[in-house]
Order: sequence, then C-alpha cells, then structure tokens
Amino acid sequence: MQNRTIAPNIFDAIDFNLTLNPYQHFTLDNGTSVYTIDGGTQEVLHIEFVFYAGNWYEEKNIVAATTNYMLKNGTTTKNAFEVDEHFAYYGAYLNRYCYNETSTISLHSLSKNLPHLLPVIAELITDSIFPNEELAIYKKNQIQQLAINLKKCDFVANRLIDEYVYGFHHPYGKYTSTLDYQAIERDELLAYFKEYYTNGKCIIFIAGKLPSDIEQLMNTYFGSLPLNPNKTFNKEYHLASATTKKQFIINDENGVQGAIRIARKFPTKLHPDYTKAQVLNNVFGGFFGSHLMKNIREDKGYTYGIHSFIQNHIHETAWMISTEAGRDVCEATIEETYKEMDLLNKELISEEELHLVKNFMLGSLLGSLDGPFQIMPRWRNYILNNLDETYFYNSIATIKNITAEELQVLAKKYLNPEDFYELTVI
Amino acid sequence: MIQYNSYTLSNGLKLLVHEDASTPMAVVNILYNVGAKDEDANKTGFAHLFEHLMFGGSINIPSYDEPLQRAGGENNAYTTNDLTNYYCILPAQNIETAFWLESDRMLSLAFSKKSLDVQRKVVCEEFKEHYINKPYGDIWHKMRDLAYDVHPYKWMTIGKELSHVENATMDDVKNFFLKFYRPNNAILVVAGNVDTKNIIQLVEKWFGDIPAGEKYSRNIPTEPKQQQAKFLSLKADVPLDALIKTWHIDARLNKGYYAADLITEILGGGNSSRLYQALVKEKQLFANINCFHFGSLEPGLLTIEGKLTKGVSIDAAEKAIEEELIKLSSEKIQQQELIKVKNRTESIITFEDISIMSRANNLALYELLGDASLVNKELERFQEISTEDILAYAQTIFNKNNCSTIHYFSN
Repeated sequence: MQNRTIAPNIFDAIDFNLTLNPYQHFTLDNGTSVYTIDGGTQEVLHIEFVFYAGNWYEEKNIVAATTNYMLKNGTTTKNAFEVDEHFAYYGAYLNRYCYNETSTISLHSLSKNLPHLLPVIAELITDSIFPNEELAIYKKNQIQQLAINLKKCDFVANRLIDEYVYGFHHPYGKYTSTLDYQAIERDELLAYFKEYYTNGKCIIFIAGKLPSDIEQLMNTYFGSLPLNPNKTFNKEYHLASATTKKQFIINDENGVQGAIRIARKFPTKLHPDYTKAQVLNNVFGGFFGSHLMKNIREDKGYTYGIHSFIQNHIHETAWMISTEAGRDVCEATIEETYKEMDLLNKELISEEELHLVKNFMLGSLLGSLDGPFQIMPRWRNYILNNLDETYFYNSIATIKNITAEELQVLAKKYLNPEDFYELTVI
Repeated sequence: MIQYNSYTLSNGLKLLVHEDASTPMAVVNILYNVGAKDEDANKTGFAHLFEHLMFGGSINIPSYDEPLQRAGGENNAYTTNDLTNYYCILPAQNIETAFWLESDRMLSLAFSKKSLDVQRKVVCEEFKEHYINKPYGDIWHKMRDLAYDVHPYKWMTIGKELSHVENATMDDVKNFFLKFYRPNNAILVVAGNVDTKNIIQLVEKWFGDIPAGEKYSRNIPTEPKQQQAKFLSLKADVPLDALIKTWHIDARLNKGYYAADLITEILGGGNSSRLYQALVKEKQLFANINCFHFGSLEPGLLTIEGKLTKGVSIDAAEKAIEEELIKLSSEKIQQQELIKVKNRTESIITFEDISIMSRANNLALYELLGDASLVNKELERFQEISTEDILAYAQTIFNKNNCSTIHYFSN
C-alpha cells in the first residue's frame, strides 16, 4: 500500500532556469517595425497591428473606440459585408480592440491563407470610409447595449471606480453615455483615422508558423503605406482623483448582490516596487490560494470569487480589489478585506507560504513561456512599455529572492485601508 | 493529428497518454462520467456543487490546492449537463504531485462538514451572480424547462433553484461520490512532456489500488419527439425585448449534429452570417442576434437568440427569422458559402489544438463518446457534409412542431 500522507518529492520551481525566447525583428521600407516569433505545432499564426490610437489621443469621448470598431465597416471597394465575408471565407478571424494608449487590428489565420488576407488589411488601414449608414446602426446598437449593461452592478462599479481613481477627464477614468454616442460625427472618425491609422504609428507583432517569405510579404503590402514610425506624441493628462473615499450606490432596488471595488493609485512598471508588489498581490488576493480567497470565499462563503490585481496601464496604475458578494454580506466582505490588509501590515507571512507563492508564480510563468502564442504577448507588453529582457530576468530574480520582511514593508507602504477608494454598487 | 497511447487499469480506470516534448509542462485531466443529467429532479445542481466539494480535502490530504501550487501547478474544473472534468497543469517534472492529489480524492474525500457548509453558500453566490443578478439571467432556466418534457437537460448545471443547493446533505454527498467517482467511471488523460512507460508506472502506483465501484448504467428518460410548437411569454425588468427560439437536434456523433453545427455557422457565425446581415444590418430589427448550440452529447438544441431594436414588434422580428429559416429549408446554399463555414470550422479546430490542455480535454471527451481516435476524424466528419445535407437537415429541424419560443418582454 502506498503511504498517501507523504507528498512526492517536488522539483523546486525556484531552481527552474526560466528563459525568455527572443523575437526576430525586421523593418519595412517605410520604417515600420515588425517583431516575429516563429514556431508552434500547428500551421496557424496571429498578427497584431498595434496603433498608437487609443482613447489617450481623442479630443471627444468615444471617437477612438468608434474609429477602431468601424475599421471593418467599409472601404471604397468593399462594403462591411464584403470585408467580413472575405476573412470568413478563408477561415480567418479579424478583430479589433481599443485600449487607452493603443488600439489593434488582430488576425488569426491558417498560415497558408496569409497572401489573401494581408492586402485587405492594408486596405482597411488606408481606405476605410466609415459610411454614415453603418455609423447610424452602430450608434443605435451601442446605445441599446449600454442600456443593458447599465443594469449590471459590476459594469456600473467598474466605470465608477476608475473615475474615482483617475478622474473623469483622464483616459483611464472616463466612460461613455448615450449622449456621447449620439454626438459622434463621421468627419471626426475620418480625421482620427487619417491621423492615427493611415498616417499613424504602427508596430506589428507576428507569432506562429511563419511562411518563409514573411518579410517580403509584409513589405509588399505594408512597406509602402504612409505610416509614420517616428510620429511623436506629447499629450499629458492630470489625475483628478475623487475627494470622497467611500461610495454606496443602489443601481437596482431588487439586486441580490453588490459589486464591490476597492482601489488605490499605484506606481507603474518602471517603479522598483512594482514586481515586489506583484508577489505581495499574489499573497493578498492574486490567486486561488490568496488570503482574500481563503478567508472570504473558502471560509465565509460570502462570494463566488474575490480577486486583487494591479492594472496593466502604461502611464498610471491602480491596485484594485474586486468581487461580487451577497447583498447582506457586502459590508462584512469589505471589513474582512481591510482585516486582511491589516494582517499583512502587522504579521510576517510564514516561510512556508512565501515558498508556495514563489513556486506558484514561477510555475505559472513557465507555463506562460510555452510556445510563440504565449511568448509574444509578453514581448509586446515589454516593447510597448520600452522594456527589454532585463526586465524579465530582474522580475524573476525579485520573485526568487524576496523576503517576508520586504513584503511587510511593502504592505505597510501600500496596503492601508485609508488610502483606498471603496465602492459598493447594489 | 493527435497521437496517444491507451491503457486500462485492472480497476477499470482508462488512461490515455499524449506525448509532446515541445512543452515543459504536463496536463493531468480527469473526466468523471457524471453530469447534471444524472441528478434527481428534486436535487438539481448537485453534480456542480459536488465539483466544488472535490477541493475541500481528501482522506489523506487536507488541502488539494496548496501542494499543487507548491509544485508550480494550477488547476480548475467544470461541470456540464453531460460530464464533470478536472484538470491541472504543472511543470512536467512535478507530475507525480498531481497523481498523488488526484488519486487520493478518487480514493475518498474527507467529507468535511465545514466544506459542505461553505461551498453551499459559494455556489448560491455563483447562482446569484450569473443567473439572478443579471438582466435576462433566467432565460435559459425557462427555455430548458420549456423545450424538454422529460429529459434531464430540462435543468441547468447550476440547478433549478437555490433551495436545491441549500438543502444538499452530507448523505447526498457520500452517495454521489460512491456512485459516480469510481475509477471505472473515469477517464484519465495525461499530456505534455511525458513518457508513456513512466506514466503507466506512476498511474499504477497511485491509482492501481483504488477499488472499482459498481458499474453505473445510465437510465435517463428519452425525450419523446416534440409534437407541437411550445410557447412562453414573460415580462422582466430588462431594457429590450428579447426573442429566443430552439429546435431539437441530433446527438453528438450523429451526422445531423455536424449538419446542425454548420447551420449555426451559416446563420450566426460572425458578421457575414445570414441572420446578422439580414436582421441586424439590413432590416435593423435586432440590436444583436446569435445562433448556437451547446455541443450536448445527447440530443441538444439549436438556438437563435436576439435582443430587439427598440420599437420593433416581436411578431415582425419573429417573422423575419422565419423567412431566413424558410430560405435555408427551401434553397440549397451555394458551394461557396459551405466552403466558408467549413473553413471557419477548420480554423477553430486547428487553433484549439495549440494548447495541450485543450488536446487533453478533447481526448477525454471522445473517449467518453466511445473512441478517443474520433478526435482526429472530426474535421473529416464536417467535410463530408454536402449542400444537399444542409438543405435536408434544415428541413428536418426547422419545423414549427419542433420549436420552442420565448417572448421575453421589457416591463
């Protein structure tokens, strides 16, 4: 019989030799940078065109997101249906996403079909026309979707907590109303498109099984576009955080749960505390074995899940706790959250727990370095933040070497209830 | 092509090993052949609640999660109407930790009262978060109940009502464990940077002495063929009227299932699909519209679900959907359109196969369906479907006597 009370020996993740596989880089004739990682077991790839066209640069609310959304809705030679039909016919998935600093066009495709798809993407970047009729449908449907979303306590809470931390006039803190949608004009989209897409700054990331002539292919379709890799941006915003720290809102009289958000400002990736705080965040609320999960879900059963995380923004960030809890236990959930902060302030975490958290983080890092589709997002994040592989190796060294004392110092510095904005939306 | 080796232990546990030396990780996936369809109609939501309890400590190991995390691993699980699946991914060197943990909870749970008390609450919060506190959150409770008369697909995995979860007892837990969580009712798939010989040895070491249980023979009622249209109208505090319609389709491995899957792509796959183009873009009757099915193993439902543009009457919206269905049931689709939906399907399958987790998961699913090698024949099954098959199947299912409809009105 097996002695089941004794755990098998483990290979300590601290001893893993974690390496970040490098990318390849080439430059198109017009100076646009292309980063590639070749590999994988399937004949597929993912291309991401990243533009500096997020809401950071818009003068009017929702212009950046609308421009991005409508990139697929018609060019001088193809209407919206024909664009979609073309990508669908080749089994490809074309998506676009708008963030704060950047926005993207993203293509998932079988590698063999690339030559059919790239010319149409070039067309979208240079020749989108934003038809009025398409804009009208978009406005109407977005307004209707907004009405549905505003019924959800989590949606409302996500908008408001960002406003409290950053201020409504900051790109990270603003959100959209029906009036904003109604106010969008086609000309504004066209102007934004010309400046930030057609003549904008673009960086291209490609991961997967690459055709051998990828460099030539990319140069053929994108190398002579009027993109401007040297475009500079100097828009700055000031934070205008809320003065009231605690808010309680009833969004739905009959709601059976409350969305709780607790957040504070936090330095960016460039700050020496950032990686250390990621370790502390894991201990606090970053994974299933965190203090918040163990106490508030696994001991009290107040919620299906509670998480803490540091937002991945470029200019400013926030450290946030997020959960949906039973209506009658919202207050108790907040109280327990502060108790957990307090404990991290007062008590050193045990060596055993620190060891577990380090191993967990390094193990999941190992998993996140598995294959080109996993590695590229990490590189993209570094490149867009002007970081390189030293950041990666320094982060690993920090995780491996950090002590319980250092974590306590950080907790005293950052996990003080009085520094947090606190919001409950029923 | 997903290669694998198979092996069966003397206690009936089925093992499949898929070697992939390109990854540093390993996946351990255990599928138990029990889902919400195996529940008592008065104790629904139990298979899913039980899934939560599987993390509440086993007979020799107080915590499942901590040793796995210490070995650099992560895990999760899900319950469907058909099955319950547990998976973890960890550095391949530490795979024995996963076997130790999984085998101990297959041997016996700790049956902790505290765990049951807490997880009942956690699951109730999950129920509220997804099905009560969300606009339209109850729509699938209503639709399953309407569309099925006797088959246990009548209820959702989360359960019919909160009280079923609240009233679960420790006896229920123990009985459920002994009935379903036996090696001969499970499929173990190991994938990643592993060696089959070594894995067989380790699996024998950890799982070999777990006693087999009584063979579970599933005896759930067959849904009789629907004889007439079913209809329900209701009102709720939502901003837009919604329309949802379902039609019964074939079971997972039948040819009809593959035709139905392609039909959902033709009608609802992306923005160039028929329903989106005709009803959202051209006629502007819907703010959004979707067509999908759940991949059920037994005869499932093909669904069309949409939110209506404010001011549009539900009858006009419904008539427009019916026109599209008549078109699909009376005219053969163009070859070009069939190629499109097959290409999309090929892409989805190829992208899915990138992750070892998904490969392990699929091997377990097809083994449950009777033959793991079917995992490599899926694309062929889709390729065999012709434009005539699509026409014939559309005629078979899009019949008003095979349809259930809910008009979900805004107050």
